[in-house]
Amino acid sequence: MDKRNQKSEKKQLSRRELLQNTGALLVGFNLLSELPLTAQQQEIPGIGAVPDGMSSYPYANPDYLDPTVLDSWLSVQADGMVTIGTGKVDIGTGIETAIGQIAADELDVPFERVRVIMGDTHRTVDQGRTAGSQSLARGGPQLRQAAAAGRLELLKLASARLGAPVERLVVTDGVVSVIGEASKKVTYGELIGGKQFNVKITATGIQGAMVVAPEVKAKNYKDYKVVGKPIRRVDLPAKLTGEFKYTSDVRVPGMLHGRVVRPRNVITGTPTVDESSISKIAGIVKVVREGSFVGVVAKTEWAAIQAAKALKVTWPEPVHKMPATQEAVADYLRKTKSARDATGINKGDVDAAIASASKKFEAEYHWPFQMHGMMGPCCAVADVRGDKATVWTGAQGPFTTRDRVASMLKVPKRNVVVNFVESSGSYGRLTADDTSEDAVVLSRAVGKPVRVQWMREDEHVWGPKGPQQLQTARAAVNAEGKLIAWDFQDHGLPWTESQGTPQLAERQIGVKSTLLGNPNGANGGGEHYEIENHRVMGRTIPWPQDDPSPIRTSALRSPGEPPRVFGSESFMDEVAAGVGVDAIEFRLRHLKNKRIIEAVQAAAQKAGWVSRPSPAPASDGPIAKGRGVAVAMRINTIIVAISEVEVEKATGHVSVKKVTLAHDCGLIVNPDGLRGQLDGNIMHGVSRTLLEEFRFDPSGAKSFDWASHPVIRFMQVPEVDVVLLNRPEIPPSGGAEPSVVVIPASIANAVHDAIGVRIRQVPLTPQRVLSAMQAKAATRA
Amino acid sequence: MAKISLNVNGKSHAVDVDPTTPLLYVLRNDLELNGPRFGCGLAQCGACSVIVDGRAVRSCVTPVRTVEKKAITTLEGLGTTAKPHAVQQAFIDEQAVQCGYCMNGMVINAKVFLDWTPNPTEQDIKEVMDPILCRCGTHPRITRAIIRAAQYMKAKA
Ligand code: FES
Ligand code: FES
Repeated sequence: MDKRNQKSEKKQLSRRELLQNTGALLVGFNLLSELPLTAQQQEIPGIGAVPDGMSSYPYANPDYLDPTVLDSWLSVQADGMVTIGTGKVDIGTGIETAIGQIAADELDVPFERVRVIMGDTHRTVDQGRTAGSQSLARGGPQLRQAAAAGRLELLKLASARLGAPVERLVVTDGVVSVIGEASKKVTYGELIGGKQFNVKITATGIQGAMVVAPEVKAKNYKDYKVVGKPIRRVDLPAKLTGEFKYTSDVRVPGMLHGRVVRPRNVITGTPTVDESSISKIAGIVKVVREGSFVGVVAKTEWAAIQAAKALKVTWPEPVHKMPATQEAVADYLRKTKSARDATGINKGDVDAAIASASKKFEAEYHWPFQMHGMMGPCCAVADVRGDKATVWTGAQGPFTTRDRVASMLKVPKRNVVVNFVESSGSYGRLTADDTSEDAVVLSRAVGKPVRVQWMREDEHVWGPKGPQQLQTARAAVNAEGKLIAWDFQDHGLPWTESQGTPQLAERQIGVKSTLLGNPNGANGGGEHYEIENHRVMGRTIPWPQDDPSPIRTSALRSPGEPPRVFGSESFMDEVAAGVGVDAIEFRLRHLKNKRIIEAVQAAAQKAGWVSRPSPAPASDGPIAKGRGVAVAMRINTIIVAISEVEVEKATGHVSVKKVTLAHDCGLIVNPDGLRGQLDGNIMHGVSRTLLEEFRFDPSGAKSFDWASHPVIRFMQVPEVDVVLLNRPEIPPSGGAEPSVVVIPASIANAVHDAIGVRIRQVPLTPQRVLSAMQAKAATRA
Repeated sequence: MAKISLNVNGKSHAVDVDPTTPLLYVLRNDLELNGPRFGCGLAQCGACSVIVDGRAVRSCVTPVRTVEKKAITTLEGLGTTAKPHAVQQAFIDEQAVQCGYCMNGMVINAKVFLDWTPNPTEQDIKEVMDPILCRCGTHPRITRAIIRAAQYMKAKA
């Protein structure tokens, strides 16, 4: 949906008024639905219309908007407002603003005159899911090229109108004029406003891999005027006043409220349901049962909540029990044959080099299941009518949701319209769009639109988890204290949910998933170091889910990499300490990439790093202080973190005092937006390292609310110091998630520096740290 | 069901609801005020905060009948995008938002806190805001925004 419609900030209000006064003469098929939208807004306050749907698909493939038609990407109104349609969505990271900046630059219009429509399946091009910090890296160039193609068409029109060749034209703020003849000018609005371009462009490949309009030359980065500026986020004022509408604020006429009922344990077979248990609650419309799916629909939200809580449901004893402990899963990871091996790097002969070396190292690192823990549990509205459906969701892949819903309802894709409405920040969680499916099942059962929001317990227990991981590492050094062999193996689980697999409701109504699921990646095992014999492997251990389980898995912010970098950069530190060399100096011995070296130096300088081996000399007093570094490169983004910690010797309590971060993601589109993202990554990293673990045993989930599963709070927030390294000559490579990956190892290394004890398992809880300290003291004694 | 009259943002409203309904759902669904948000329903996160008679209250666990005749202020009652409250303006100026879902809790609690504590230290702010959760990790900017808000409020007073 178009969030800027909701703004009433001065500029934006007048823009909206303009829109209404001109009858919203938007053109381009993707944007045509703006016409009925304004009319129907009275029916559906503030949120996009229920489109009649199909008229927006006029091209060869009736299920998709045609990317080879310029009008699918952008349109210009009579008043000069430019509308950009993108299949990418904003998940709370400010992408809407960044995309507006790119389009404004390429089209030579002021930023305020661009608006962005995101993720509505009937009026935007499918550019693939919004995940992996790839929105700007991949979606950005596609939109930039489309905008450049638009500019070129506008110049051609202007050339005919002004009787001057294109080469003699300049554009300033959406006004085309002839060089040297200032009086000869025409606005974009006058040229095309209210009309379609009707121009074909080239687009090959699909989604993230699509190449758009390569025939058009976009601007040189040196000519960017809006990109690179700390433009204020367009969505913020409304988010601070309650005017912004999130998914959970969607209200459609005749809408009912639904809640789902799920146990804290694996779901097996069909439960027995005693409907008389809720007979006293007023306003119940229906108890919906299908397979093992149980939900209630009620006239009010409170009735639905009460009913879902009070409904007596007896679940069969699970056949496939949850594992007894995290250690049991680790054992499974160690012993089970990999279904797929990914090779990060494989050079030289690691085994031979280690066998013949005199100084060797070996270690194993552990990472638990962790949750996304969205602040607002996931939410969706579905309206299923006969063979058509409309869904409102904050999904990170609206097109994936559409395809799943179409398959559930056994209707053609084009019969399902998914409207994107931003949700609470999701960090990967909404690549698995559970509530849309819940709402579809409930709406189909009652023949009315139904809104479903999960309760806190649903989100904690049933939101898919970032997979548990285990790393084994071996290394060898030569007499000069240089690494001659590095062998790093990650054993992880694939994402059972999220890459187009059936979600929870589908499984419960009987759809089986036979897919392995997407592997959790292999990067982050130290492949950026130069080592003669060098092997980094990612093993995907199958995670079959015969029955839906709370340890279903999916992508969690920088999937797999915080664990892998925790392992690899802890191990690098162990080796450095083992040869008695300063942690940064030791890393620099093995780095050749100039960008990485510069980032390491920038961080060290900013943090005032003093060269010395680790651990720090033992201190008197109750508190031990330490500092630790971690270095990584994720999809061309380079991050270096230096953490400073204090460990309370009597309790093992760790507090992170300060994090210094150097960040190089190529061209910086919006430095202020990026800094905000980096704060978020640092906090997320600290939280996951010190506090977070999804706990369970065979009786079910033990983490079901914020008390049983705490996350970072204000008192635990470290001081943050960020160095941004801007490289305008290098294309932007994403900033919404890479920096989280270096935080865990930097903290664990700082803890080792402080107390001389290596903790190889996350989270670094006081008990874990204390018992490691006691174990060490015992071996010394 | 019972008829209940509520005083919200200076206006009185009559609603016909189950009197045990938590205030949150009445504000959201009956009055269509989207500022207060559902985060946990357990008084654990603060996303649902509203001001009742000058104090910050978790509306998710406050039965609506207990606030009849009291003065209720929601995020909408503080200011609008056209005319933001000093606290809202400070958050905009610090760009102290990521997804924004927690912002209702942040702004409401900061406003009440600053009403009582016009000259807070950074430590005061962290202590008071500690129970209000933000999963996006916007904490450093939120803290700065509250310091800035204190200055704005003083300048106005
Ligand atoms: S929703 Fe009320 S405190 Fe979380
Ligand atoms: S900004 Fe997303 S939860 Fe705080």
